[in-house]
Amino acid sequence: MDKPFFFHALKVNEQTCYGCSHCMNACPTEAIRVWNGLATIDENKCIDCGECQRVCPVNAIYVDEDAFDSIFNFKYRVALFPAVFIGQFPEEVKASQIYSVLHEIGFTHVFEVERAVDILNEAILEYQSKEGLELPVISSFCPAIIRLVQVKFPSLVDNILKLGTPSDIAAQFLKRKLIDQGIPENEIGIFYVTPCAAKIAAIKSPVGEEKSVVDGAINMNSLFNRVYRKIMDGSGKQATEPGSTELFDYEVLWTLTKGESSRVSGRSLAIDGIYNVMEFLEKLENQEIEGLDYIECRACHEGCAGGILSTENRFLVVERLQKRVERNRKKNQFIPSGINKYKDYLLTKLPLGEVVPRSMMMLDVDMAAAMKKMQKAQKIEVQLPGIDCGACGAPSCRALSEDIVKGNATLSHCVFVQKVLMKNGEINMDTAFAIIDKIWGDRKTVKGTLKNNT
Amino acid sequence: MEFNFTVTGGDFISAGHASSEVKKVLQKLNVDPKITRRIVVALYEAEVNIVAHAYSGTIKASIDTEKITLVLDDEGPGIPSIEQAMQEGFSTASEKVREMGFGAGMGLPNMSKNADELNITSDVNKGTRVEIITWLNNKAKA
Repeated sequence: MDKPFFFHALKVNEQTCYGCSHCMNACPTEAIRVWNGLATIDENKCIDCGECQRVCPVNAIYVDEDAFDSIFNFKYRVALFPAVFIGQFPEEVKASQIYSVLHEIGFTHVFEVERAVDILNEAILEYQSKEGLELPVISSFCPAIIRLVQVKFPSLVDNILKLGTPSDIAAQFLKRKLIDQGIPENEIGIFYVTPCAAKIAAIKSPVGEEKSVVDGAINMNSLFNRVYRKIMDGSGKQATEPGSTELFDYEVLWTLTKGESSRVSGRSLAIDGIYNVMEFLEKLENQEIEGLDYIECRACHEGCAGGILSTENRFLVVERLQKRVERNRKKNQFIPSGINKYKDYLLTKLPLGEVVPRSMMMLDVDMAAAMKKMQKAQKIEVQLPGIDCGACGAPSCRALSEDIVKGNATLSHCVFVQKVLMKNGEINMDTAFAIIDKIWGDRKTVKGTLKNNT
Repeated sequence: MEFNFTVTGGDFISAGHASSEVKKVLQKLNVDPKITRRIVVALYEAEVNIVAHAYSGTIKASIDTEKITLVLDDEGPGIPSIEQAMQEGFSTASEKVREMGFGAGMGLPNMSKNADELNITSDVNKGTRVEIITWLNNKAKA
């Protein structure tokens, strides 16, 4: 284990969580257990994909973001946002209005990250022409996918594209540009408006780079709300910011499904949805799939339009971005952003360092010990009912058996085993209740208070 | 530790099941991901060979801290010339099997590339035994 601690953007609100276990069953890496009536997330297994947040019925899983006011710690405040942010707004709201309101609420510079896509695209094509690559190259775009590969498909880490993302390039560009204008670096704060939790985690503890060039992450959901309220109040109507006419078609669509895969060389595929990606990587790891040059994997369906911090319905966001492309084509107006002047410099900043595997499936670091634990877990598993009911606070009977051998649970956590123990007189009713309370909290077994945790 | 699997000839739907299961086990045992991958790739090739060519077969995976030994026994047509079968591109797969994306004649060469030791014995019209050995502590074929 290279690092004992990873920053995670997904947190459980202990006041709101009532331990319903929906998140536990939705987690693709089995990182969640219910204990003391609360969902608890294993930091080493969590990949910040946000599936838990999607299924939580009471919004108890929240995203640990930077407070909006933290932008005022800097004299120069840059908002970097993806095109899907513009796609959150109804069509009658002009991009120029959005830009204008972003300035009004405190940003000194506003920049759409897709303006950096052209440079990245070129770098990817160059990268693909290199000899000796592990194929297919797996896109490094989605931070949840990088972490998924590290944790669950460690033998594929060398396939990951060793280049940064559009937001990395955009951040490097703006920082450089402002420094060149004579602004001291410590006065520049670069904030990324994120549609997902994984990006926040990637900014706070980056993979393949020492420190992120981005200073903070702003929740796209709450920023949308802040901006939209202003727009509804009539702000920014007179705005003359150029807005949406500055991107190439493929730049607008980059963060959506197939946006990237359609722009690379060779045979490529786009896979979206974390479970679809896992199914595919499983086959890829066995070399059941061959002859692919590039795969674009995104944790969310419809790419970033489906991010957990996206307010609008993902299909409407996709439609809006596609319409924007059509409008751009008609206008045929391309205003350069000045990023190309910095291209050579930015290309030197693009390469990522090594992505290290950090498999979290092992039962023990020592193989002999792991074998003993596995044998023990197998013996335990056959005593369990195999219905994966989750009443033990673990997502499956197999997960419970492994938790037991790792010392994190006991066989009596299983409600079926408890019945047998009671029948045999090995434990009494009070003990059985005490076990249930330990897992599900002490309020679930009190009559009339089921599900009522407040 | 030992794990056993059965393979049915012609059942392409289940091809890859044993490989995936063995992979999960090796990951839990903290075997180096690179070694795990080689083992799984070799096993998958061998597993598909049984499905594509034989009537039925068994897979035995024996694991200790020194090495992983995979033994695949099948009842099937056997291999008349192992030397020939080891050549890249040599294939006896039917048209039907090739249409499914298998049978390119890379199976045995790929297996040999990913195994530290590969032993194949075969009786024509009876069956084939494939033994794949992978050493865990850099005792790879020098």
